[in-house]
Amino acid sequence: MSSLYTLNIEQVTNGIKNGEFTSEEYVSQIIDRIKKVDQKINSFITINDNALVQAQQIDKKISSGSKVGSLAGIVVGIKDNISTAGLKTTCASKMLSDYVPPYDATVIKRLKDKDAIIIGKLNLDEFAMGSTTEWSSYGLTRNPWNLDYVCGGSSGGSAASVAAQLCTASLGSDTGGSVRCPASFCSVVGFKPTYGLVSRYGLVSYSNSLEQIGPIGRTVSDVKKIMEVISGKDTNDNTTIDTRNNINTNHYDSEQKNNQKIGLLRELINGADESVYQCIYSAIDKFNKFGFTYEESSLKSSEYALASYYTIATAEASSNLARFDNIRYGFELNPDDYEWNTYFSKTRGNFGDEVKRRIIVGSFVLSSGYYGKYYLKAQRVKNLIKHELKKLFKEYDLLISPTVPVLPFKIGEKIDDPLKMYLIDINTVLANLAGIPAISIPIGFKNGLPIGLQIMADEFQEKKLLDISEVIEKSININTSYPDLY
Amino acid sequence: MTGSSSLPVKIGLEIHCQLTQLNTKLFCSCYCNYREKEINSNICPICLGLPGSLPILNKKAVGFAIMISKALDCKIPELTVFSRKNYFYPDLPKNFQITQYDSYGTSTSIGKEGSVKYGENYKIARIRRIQLEEDPGRLVYENGRTQALIDYNRAGVALVEIVTEPDFVDPKEVRIFLNKMTSILEHLDVCNTNLEGSLRCDANISIGNGKKVEIKNIGSFSDIEKALTYEITRQKTMTIHDIEIKAETRHWDDKRKITKQARSKEEEEDYRYFPEPDIPKILLENISLIKTPELPDERKSRFINDYGLSEHVAQVLIDNKDLADLFESAIGIYHSPKSISNWIVSDILAFIEYDSSGKKTLTDEMKIDAKHIAEIAKLVDDNTINRPTAKSIISRIIKTGELPSDIIKKEKQTTTIINDETILLESIDKIFNEEKKATLDAKHNPTAINFLLGKIMRMTKGRADPKITTILLKKRLDEV
Repeated sequence: MSSLYTLNIEQVTNGIKNGEFTSEEYVSQIIDRIKKVDQKINSFITINDNALVQAQQIDKKISSGSKVGSLAGIVVGIKDNISTAGLKTTCASKMLSDYVPPYDATVIKRLKDKDAIIIGKLNLDEFAMGSTTEWSSYGLTRNPWNLDYVCGGSSGGSAASVAAQLCTASLGSDTGGSVRCPASFCSVVGFKPTYGLVSRYGLVSYSNSLEQIGPIGRTVSDVKKIMEVISGKDTNDNTTIDTRNNINTNHYDSEQKNNQKIGLLRELINGADESVYQCIYSAIDKFNKFGFTYEESSLKSSEYALASYYTIATAEASSNLARFDNIRYGFELNPDDYEWNTYFSKTRGNFGDEVKRRIIVGSFVLSSGYYGKYYLKAQRVKNLIKHELKKLFKEYDLLISPTVPVLPFKIGEKIDDPLKMYLIDINTVLANLAGIPAISIPIGFKNGLPIGLQIMADEFQEKKLLDISEVIEKSININTSYPDLY
Repeated sequence: MTGSSSLPVKIGLEIHCQLTQLNTKLFCSCYCNYREKEINSNICPICLGLPGSLPILNKKAVGFAIMISKALDCKIPELTVFSRKNYFYPDLPKNFQITQYDSYGTSTSIGKEGSVKYGENYKIARIRRIQLEEDPGRLVYENGRTQALIDYNRAGVALVEIVTEPDFVDPKEVRIFLNKMTSILEHLDVCNTNLEGSLRCDANISIGNGKKVEIKNIGSFSDIEKALTYEITRQKTMTIHDIEIKAETRHWDDKRKITKQARSKEEEEDYRYFPEPDIPKILLENISLIKTPELPDERKSRFINDYGLSEHVAQVLIDNKDLADLFESAIGIYHSPKSISNWIVSDILAFIEYDSSGKKTLTDEMKIDAKHIAEIAKLVDDNTINRPTAKSIISRIIKTGELPSDIIKKEKQTTTIINDETILLESIDKIFNEEKKATLDAKHNPTAINFLLGKIMRMTKGRADPKITTILLKKRLDEV
C-alpha cells in the first residue's frame, strides 16, 4: 500500500471502489506527503482541514453500498483564485488575505458532486498576473525538478503540486498561458478549454474575455476525466455555451485518429531556444511514425499577439480589480478617521508591484483619447488572429508549437524585466485571443529541465485534441519518474 | 445690454426609472423590491460584487426597456451590448457600473431616436436614447455618527435611463412632459411611480449661446420646475452682467432651494467605458416582438370616442393612471361614463393630495373605490339624492369607506330628495305663514317665487326636489 500518491485518477477511483485501499488512507498519505514535501516547493497556500472528514464520508458511502461519483476519492488542488465556500481564497494577494467566500465556484460544485475531494488552495502569481509564480504574497513556488528554477505561472502551484505528486490533479486558470506554461515547466499536462466550455463563475476575474479554468494532470487521460466533470453550460455564467449543439456541428470520428494533418507554426518554432527547438523536432520524429501528415505552416498575425493580449488583459484587469477596496471584504484595517478616497488609496496600496503595473497600464489604454489607439486596435488584432487561425484550421486538424520558447530559468532571473517576462507567453496567448482549446504535454528534458509541446485545435474540437494528444503522449513515452523531493 | 429675457432656453432631461414591477434585480435573483427590507439583507455574491461572481442578465428587464422604447417611438437595434462605467464610490460594489454607452461608432442602447407628444398642443420632445443600467447601493448617514454606512439592498436594481434632446423651452413644459412620461410608465406597468425614488430626473440647461449646465440630485419631480426656474434666473443674471457661464455640474440643494456647484473634480472624471465582457451580445429581434399594453394616447382616444368624454376630462383621467383605472372600474358597475368621469374629475380629485414626487396619488387612507363612485353617480342620476348631498356624502365616505347606499338607507330623513307632495305642501304652507308679504307679492312677481323657493330649500336643508316644489308652489299661490 505504499506510494498511493503516484496513482492516476482511474487507479485511485478503482482502488477505492474495489476496496484495495480506503479514501481515508489515500488522503492521509497525500496530507503526509504535503507536510513533508511542500516546504521545499511551496505550492500550497491553504490546506483543507476537512479533506479527511470528506474521505471518511466517501468510505462510508462505499461500505454502505451507496453510489459514488465518477471522481470518488481523488484529491484535487485548486488554484487560489477559484472560490471555495468556507475555504480562504486569497488570490495570493494581501488584499484578500482574510477573504473566505460564501459560495463555491461552479467547477468546485461539479467536482464535489462527483465526490472529488478538495485538498487545498494552490499558489499563483497575485491575481494570476505573472508567468513564474514569483509574484505571490505567500512566497514563490519552486520547480519540483530543480528547486533553484521557476515553476512557470501563473498557475505555478497547480502544476508544481501535480508534478510533486501532492494531489491527483489540479485546477488552474489560463488567461494567456497560465495553465500551459507551468505545465510545460513542471513536465505535466495542462489544458486550456475553448472559451465558454467551462464556467468561470467563482473564478476571480483577471481578464474575463480571455480566461478559462483548465485542469492539470500527470496524464492526458486524467485531464480528460476532469474535463468531463467541469465542462458544460452553467446558468451562472452567461458566456458558457451549450456544447451539445457545437460538438455535433464539428464532427470528429475517433476512428480516424491517425489521419490527422498537423501544422507546425513556423513563427513560433523559429523564436524558440535551440534546446527547445531540437526537442520539438525529435518529438515530431517520434509521433510522425503514427501516420500523421505533418508540415510547417505560418501564422503571420502572431507577431501582434502579445501586444494585443497585454492590452486587452490589462484593460479588463484594471476594471475587475477596482472592487478590491476593503469595504465589503478583504483584510483588517479600521476605516475610522479616513475620508473614503484616502481609505481606498491606503488599502489599494497593498497590491503587489506587478498587479499595480497592470492596473496602471490597463487604466491608460482605456482612458479617453487612447481607447481607439490601444484597446480597439487590440480587439481588431484579436479578430484578425481568430480569423487567420480559423483559416488554418480548414487546412490542418491541429497546430503545434513549443508551449514556451525557453527552458525553465533560474528564480529571480527575469523578475526585474517585465518585457522579458511577458515574452514567455508569446506562444500561449494565441489560444486565448482566438478562444480555441490548447494543451501542453511533456515531451522531454534538457539538462533536467522539462520541455512542453503545445497542441491547438479549432474551437470545440476538444475530443479530437485530447484524443490525439493521448496518441502523441504515448508515442513520445518520456520517462515518468517524478522527482522524489524527500 | 441685450434683452436677456428673450434669450432662448434649452432644457434636456435624463430620467432614471426603476423597473419596480420586475421580480428580481438586473443581474441576480435578489428581490427588486428592496424597500422596507432589513439593511443589507437583500444581497447576494453578484449584487455585492464578490470576487468571482458574474452578472446574469434579467431578460424581463430587457423586455421592459423595449416596451418603453416602443412606447416612446424609438428605433430598436438588432442587438445590443452592455458597457462598464468605471469610477470609485463606496455605494458601488464593483467600483464600476454596468450600463450602456454610445461611442466609438457603436450604439449600445435599447432604444434610440424616439419622440413623445405631450401637452394640449401636442408638442414633440425627441428622445435621444433609452438604456438599461444598475442602481448603486445607498449611503446612510446616521445622527451623531461620523462614518457613512452603506446599504446594498438597492444595488443592482434595474434602471432605465431615458435621455431627451434639449427640446424644452421652459420649466412648465418640463412638468407637463414629465406628467406624460409618468402616465406612460404607469400604463406600461413597468414602474410604480408612487414609490419614493422610483423615478428620478437630472436636467441640463443652456441659455442663448451659453454652455450647458447639468443639474443633478433633484429629489422629486415637483422640485424640477423649481430647480430649472432658479437656474434660468441665475444664468440670465450672469449673462446680463457679462459673466461667462461655465460648463459644469450643479447640485440642487433641496433645503435652500438653490443650485450649487458640484466639486469640479467630478466633471473631469474619465469613466474608461469598455464593453462588459461577462454579458454576451443580446439579440433584441425576438424580444422586441413583445406587445405593449394600451398607452395613454390610445386610451385617451378611446375615452373620447367610446364614452363621449370631453378632451379635457379624458386628459385629466389619463394623466393619472389610477384615476383612469378608477373610472373604468366604476363604469363597469354603472355605465354612465359622463357623470362618473365628472364626479371623479370635479370632486374626487379635490381630495387627492400631492405626494412627495409632486404627483396626485390615490392613497390607502382614501377609502373610496369604483363601487362608491358608481353608487353616487347612480343615486344622483336617479334623483334619489341631490348634488350637494352627494358632495357631502363623498367627503364623508372618503374617510370612512361607508357605501353611499348604506348611508341613505340609514339616514333617509336627512339625505334623500323630498318629492312627496304632501310633505312638500306642508312646507309650503309653513313658509306662506311665515312670509305673508312675500306670498302676496309672489302672486304677481316671479322673483318673489324664487325667494319663497329658497326659503323652502333652506328649511329642507336642500332636499326638496326643486322642480316639484316650484310646480306645487305656483299651484298653491293660485289657491291662496
